[in-house]
Amino acid sequence: MDPLILSRIQFGANISFHILFPAITIALGWVLLFFKLRYNATGDSAWMRAYFTWVKVFALSFAIGVVSGVTMSFQFGTNWPGYMETVGNIAGPLLAYEVLTAFFLEAAFLGIMLFGFRRVSNRIHTLATVLVAGGTTVSAFWIIALNSWMQTPAGFEMIDGKAHALDWWAVIFNPSMPYRLVHMLLASGLTVSFLIAGFSALRYLYGDRSESMWKALRTGVFAAAILIPIQIFAGDQHGLNTLEHQPQKIAAMEANWNTGANVPLVLFALPDEAAKENRFELAIPDGASLILRHSISGVVPGLNDYPGNHPPVLPVFWGFRVMVGTGILMLVVSWSAAFFLKRRHSLPKPLALIMVPMALSGWLATLAGWYTTEIGRQPWLVTGILKTAHAVGPVAGSHVALTLAVYLILYVLLLIAYLGVLVHLALKAAKEGDTSPLPGVMNAALSQPAAEE
Amino acid sequence: MTFDWPTALPLIFAGLMGLAILIYVILDGFDLGIGILFAAAEDAEQDTMIAAIGPFWDANETWLVLAVGLLLVAFPMAHGTILTALYIPVFLLLVGLILRGVAFDFRAKVPAGKKHRWNRIFFLGSAMASLAQGYMLGVYVLGLDVGLGGMAFGALVALCLSAAYAAMGSAWLIYKTEGDLQRKAVRWLRTTLVLTALGMVAVSLATPFASPRIFDRWFVWPEIVYLSPLPIVSALLFLWLWRQTFHLPKPDDRHALRPFLTLAAIFALGFAGLAWSFYPYVVPDRLTIWQAASAPESLAFILVGTVVVLPIIIFYSFYAYRVFGGKATDLTYD
Repeated sequence: MDPLILSRIQFGANISFHILFPAITIALGWVLLFFKLRYNATGDSAWMRAYFTWVKVFALSFAIGVVSGVTMSFQFGTNWPGYMETVGNIAGPLLAYEVLTAFFLEAAFLGIMLFGFRRVSNRIHTLATVLVAGGTTVSAFWIIALNSWMQTPAGFEMIDGKAHALDWWAVIFNPSMPYRLVHMLLASGLTVSFLIAGFSALRYLYGDRSESMWKALRTGVFAAAILIPIQIFAGDQHGLNTLEHQPQKIAAMEANWNTGANVPLVLFALPDEAAKENRFELAIPDGASLILRHSISGVVPGLNDYPGNHPPVLPVFWGFRVMVGTGILMLVVSWSAAFFLKRRHSLPKPLALIMVPMALSGWLATLAGWYTTEIGRQPWLVTGILKTAHAVGPVAGSHVALTLAVYLILYVLLLIAYLGVLVHLALKAAKEGDTSPLPGVMNAALSQPAAEE
Repeated sequence: MTFDWPTALPLIFAGLMGLAILIYVILDGFDLGIGILFAAAEDAEQDTMIAAIGPFWDANETWLVLAVGLLLVAFPMAHGTILTALYIPVFLLLVGLILRGVAFDFRAKVPAGKKHRWNRIFFLGSAMASLAQGYMLGVYVLGLDVGLGGMAFGALVALCLSAAYAAMGSAWLIYKTEGDLQRKAVRWLRTTLVLTALGMVAVSLATPFASPRIFDRWFVWPEIVYLSPLPIVSALLFLWLWRQTFHLPKPDDRHALRPFLTLAAIFALGFAGLAWSFYPYVVPDRLTIWQAASAPESLAFILVGTVVVLPIIIFYSFYAYRVFGGKATDLTYD
């Protein structure tokens, strides 16, 4: 098979697998800090039980995130040498700053955060939690800066076919960067909120009514209920930014073929690129014009303006719909759950049953959103500078196919094991409830001498 | 030669990258080595061995990301050339690192019955990653030769580097454990030391004979005099360490860290020899560090950050090692 398409599938598979775990750790670090601060403020050990349950999930997610991230740093070279050769002067420093300012910080203090409760003072342990949470967020900052630069490059000039930076500020804070960063941080917040709410609902269904379950459940549900409307607003702003800078992506997201006014909002369709039309279209009249231009006579760009230079329509169109659909479902579920928890101080069983699979809704929406924006950038790897087809390396297709197969098998097995452990941890917590041992928290003796502080 | 930034920057970054690789080899060397030694350890010992590296492995592996990152950002041309030539071994290295990284966490969280499986995966991943690194070193030393001879030599270096990592792991265990496991680690160290020495001799002999250019860098007067301390001091350190293994552990556990430091010094000397052989090339006999380097303005931008941040990183890494100083006991989340 063609090494280009195989390399794309391989990188797509790796980055899809990878993003699942940062999507958890970015926000989970802050949630752990919240649990820790509540414990510090109230002295209620239920907060610490919630902390210890979720810190294990953090450790596991972090480890998988690290190893799958290492894989990607090598794949730039093994599969996409043209990428670094063309834009290495821009991408290099941004990646270097990620390693320098974030990776080491996270990795060094993760040890203290996970295993150091009895070895350092409570204050240092809280500080370690802050530094790890901050590290994951800083890491996201640099990666989003680079990704956004690939979408909307700025602050550079081309000399002999290579990008050279003119203004680092403009490179980092390129036009789409603030929108994408906010959108991704909120996505991580929602992923974690639904994960915590979902696994707490699982504990609830298994009869667990412990304080630590309630505290985690409330944290997850209320955080989700607050974040989802903000995310819908941020997503809309991000869309308007894309309309300005990457109109062909918007055209694909809306499956709109002809530029014009009074463009309908297509709810369902099977876009047909050969015929340049939509099959089985179901649409709201003037909807897209209204959403994108805030006027029914607003002009929306069409795919036919970008012959041979627009992304594949079907995956972008459907990726966007899956993301938005999941978002609406998140809104309904989190607000219903928040209502029952606030007013009735209980959770109806059917709602809890819905919340369990919704634990993974954040993953679904995040993946669908990234597919929309990344496939929506095609055929460019870096918009207007480098086409994906020109960056691929000289590796034989058979090598790429073999490694791809092994990666896929590995990732599927790891996902199964990961989810299995999460369920195992939730059920174990459900069984033990508030009686689970809390080693080290309650004045337990030191098992070994702590380091001086 | 007058000083100018476009000449100096690639040199500085080659130095930084070398430093990152050396630190990586020493630090991740001991935790990969402990993974390899898993095969020879019993269940209870495995828990202690994990506890001896638990708080550190993540940060250790980050030095690999920094090293590859610096190769990627400072020498983008070389990054592509080297990694596409080593496509399959890089892949095996990555799968190995993935397996051991996740096994590390899974083994502590799965139901008790499944722990065995993850212990085996931890060994397998560690061995795979170490072998792949050794193989890549061997092939690189021969100028990215992937013919039959190159592969055979790569296989030899793969075994020896794995043994060297196992030696580092043993030395770390001597420092971090006590009792039976510590005595066992001393025996492991003695065995693996022989293979480590063999590997260093093999690489030291193969490098000059594979490339006339490297031969000329070593065997000319007067360089050969200045360079002679490298092999001589390495050999003396090997002999001294070998003798030490018959006296360890000492009463009151004195000098428990010395085997580890000695091995680290040997690694550093060997690394200095390699650096001398290959300078100024980053891809042997093909690309010099200046030909492969990024634009000066990009290197300058990274250098500013590196100069500020690297001392801080080294400082808090030391702090983390201090917090978890002393003998390893059971690792719990508290």
